[in-house]
Amino acid sequence: MHMSENTNHNAPVMTVPEDWSPDIIRQEVAALQHKPGALLPILHAIQNRIGYVPEGAVPIIAEMLQQSRADIHGVISFYHHFRTRPAGSNLLEVCRAEACQARGGRAFERHVQEKLGVDYHQTTADNEFTLKPVYCLGNCACGPSIRVNNETIGRMTPQKFDQLADKLTTSVLQLK
Amino acid sequence: MTITVYVPCDTTALSLGADRVAQELKHAAAAQGQQINLVRNGSRGLFWLEPLVEVQTPEGRVAYGPVEPEQVEGLAAAGLFEGKPDHLLHLGDIEKHPYLAQQQRLTFARIGITDPICIDEYISHGGFAGLEKAAALTPQNIVDEVKASGLRGRGGAAFPAGIKWQTVLDEPHGQQKYVVCNADEGDSGTFADRLVMECDPYMLIEGMAIAGLAVGATLGFIYVRSEYLLSEKMLNEAIRRAEAQGYLGENVCGSGRPFHLEVRLGAGAYICGEEISLLESLEGKRGLVRSKPPLPAIKGLFGQPTVVNNVLSLAAVPYIMANGGKAYADYGMGRSLGTLPIQLAGNIKQGGLIELAFGVTLRTVLEDFGAGTFTGRQMKAVQVGGPLMAYMPESQWDTPMDYEAFAALGAGIGHGGVVVFDDTVDMGEQARFAMEFCAVESCGKCTPCRIGSVRGVEVIDRIRAGENQNSNLELLEDLCETMVDGSLCAMGGMTPFPVQSVMKYFPEDLMASPRQVEA
Repeated sequence: MHMSENTNHNAPVMTVPEDWSPDIIRQEVAALQHKPGALLPILHAIQNRIGYVPEGAVPIIAEMLQQSRADIHGVISFYHHFRTRPAGSNLLEVCRAEACQARGGRAFERHVQEKLGVDYHQTTADNEFTLKPVYCLGNCACGPSIRVNNETIGRMTPQKFDQLADKLTTSVLQLK
Repeated sequence: MTITVYVPCDTTALSLGADRVAQELKHAAAAQGQQINLVRNGSRGLFWLEPLVEVQTPEGRVAYGPVEPEQVEGLAAAGLFEGKPDHLLHLGDIEKHPYLAQQQRLTFARIGITDPICIDEYISHGGFAGLEKAAALTPQNIVDEVKASGLRGRGGAAFPAGIKWQTVLDEPHGQQKYVVCNADEGDSGTFADRLVMECDPYMLIEGMAIAGLAVGATLGFIYVRSEYLLSEKMLNEAIRRAEAQGYLGENVCGSGRPFHLEVRLGAGAYICGEEISLLESLEGKRGLVRSKPPLPAIKGLFGQPTVVNNVLSLAAVPYIMANGGKAYADYGMGRSLGTLPIQLAGNIKQGGLIELAFGVTLRTVLEDFGAGTFTGRQMKAVQVGGPLMAYMPESQWDTPMDYEAFAALGAGIGHGGVVVFDDTVDMGEQARFAMEFCAVESCGKCTPCRIGSVRGVEVIDRIRAGENQNSNLELLEDLCETMVDGSLCAMGGMTPFPVQSVMKYFPEDLMASPRQVEA
């Protein structure tokens, strides 16, 4: 009955995004459109597969769900999670909420921005990191917390962050 | 002989290297020729001790923590696999630790003990007893039991759960009804929902199935925030196994009645923790709020009668059904009955989950359990109940944790999060952040919230820059009042609470120029 032992719960989801095509969008919509309130599951499925929700997907989703393009666009733009352009190689989310602030989060976020040379919602020039704010990761007794490619890391310090950033940059370079 | 070793698998333990600790334990055991059965249990919620490793010995479980991956080799050499006490990290029987021993864990009785996904362990620790009982009762009997418990919504609104269920039950039969679990735990300082989902997911499933039987709903949704991917994964696996064993599906626990459950992911919108907004989101729309009535209990998801409850409310139900509403109501004080899962967070030495009967003072939580600040400095302010609640100065810390006692101070219990700040905090910045957060997360439907929050940031900036301080303070006061009275939901209606508390209790910080933050 035990699944936990051989399952790495927080293995970063390093799926290599596919290039998008209308067929991929149609597949994802067709697989989920029978569900009540299917739009969010569809958008999640598309973003998980392609890495973002391309603008070209909007008319296809709209037609298949028999909703207006404005409806679909409105939903995509409402939610912080969905993006309409690819993110950098690493998605880095820094918690800005109160419990992390209480543990030096404000100074820590400043450090991250200076180290990467970008502000929130920006991607570094080398396309390695996209920096996003997040308002609570539920790790509030062990802040400051960040999330890197879906892996939450607690008790962050500037030193720990620098090591992590260097490691992530190096490993990506090796892949090339 | 094979020895069982426990390494927690919840987000906090993982965020502190639990997977690497588990790997190192395997290596260390292999090096000693020791066979081990590595169980990934849930967290006990003593987060300053994570990763907390436990070893099963003939005398019981022996704990070590907090364990860094690099320390495992030394621990193994000092006799960890035999449970020996010859290491600084040795904690002994963790259940005798005052932090745990002084709690009243009704809802969280199992967390950290079992492998969360193992249904047999859930059952052997009392799981599904409530559902089995409910399956033999009439819907009205179930609702009556919940009413007798005095359970109030743990999401923050504290509305009596039994009355909500009654309303849905009283809606005409033969139509589609739903049970929706609000697992959009967005308040900073809260993690109890996450602990339920990651460390005891069957308890939530059981609570929802009981709710389904009680009101005649055949379908339930758990709306999990997209930051909680591990919760989503645990729940999906638990639902699959619960279905296979007949606790969900066409014939719930032999009751002859169906109940199906589906997990849905949010998409990073704080406002979707508001129930109307959440329902809109579940329907595939923008998470806009609307005015109530109609209540979701009458016209909820897809226009149908819907029970919307927080994770903790639903997670309290199995205990109530198994032991009777009265057993639950025996805890607590006044109209706040049962237990409150307090989440102690922020700048605190011993942060974690503290489940206690209502009525304990905030100071007891901060001092006896929390043991002071993490930084060792003086505590200055405590925010209880999430980002929309007041900052409380020390003069208020002797207040008992009770909905009415907190409300009388203009504060609130909310979802039970307690965030501690030391004396280096700039309370003016905290006030500004409350407005800034509202500006980021407002759904935009109503003007006081959408525009008021932006203007709030600007006015606070002017006050802090020393521009016409008195008239700008008056303006801020006025703006707060407009937001409180004129907003459609709690987002705009409560954002002023932390701001007003700073104006009242920490005015010197608000009037001073912002302290520089060094990277």
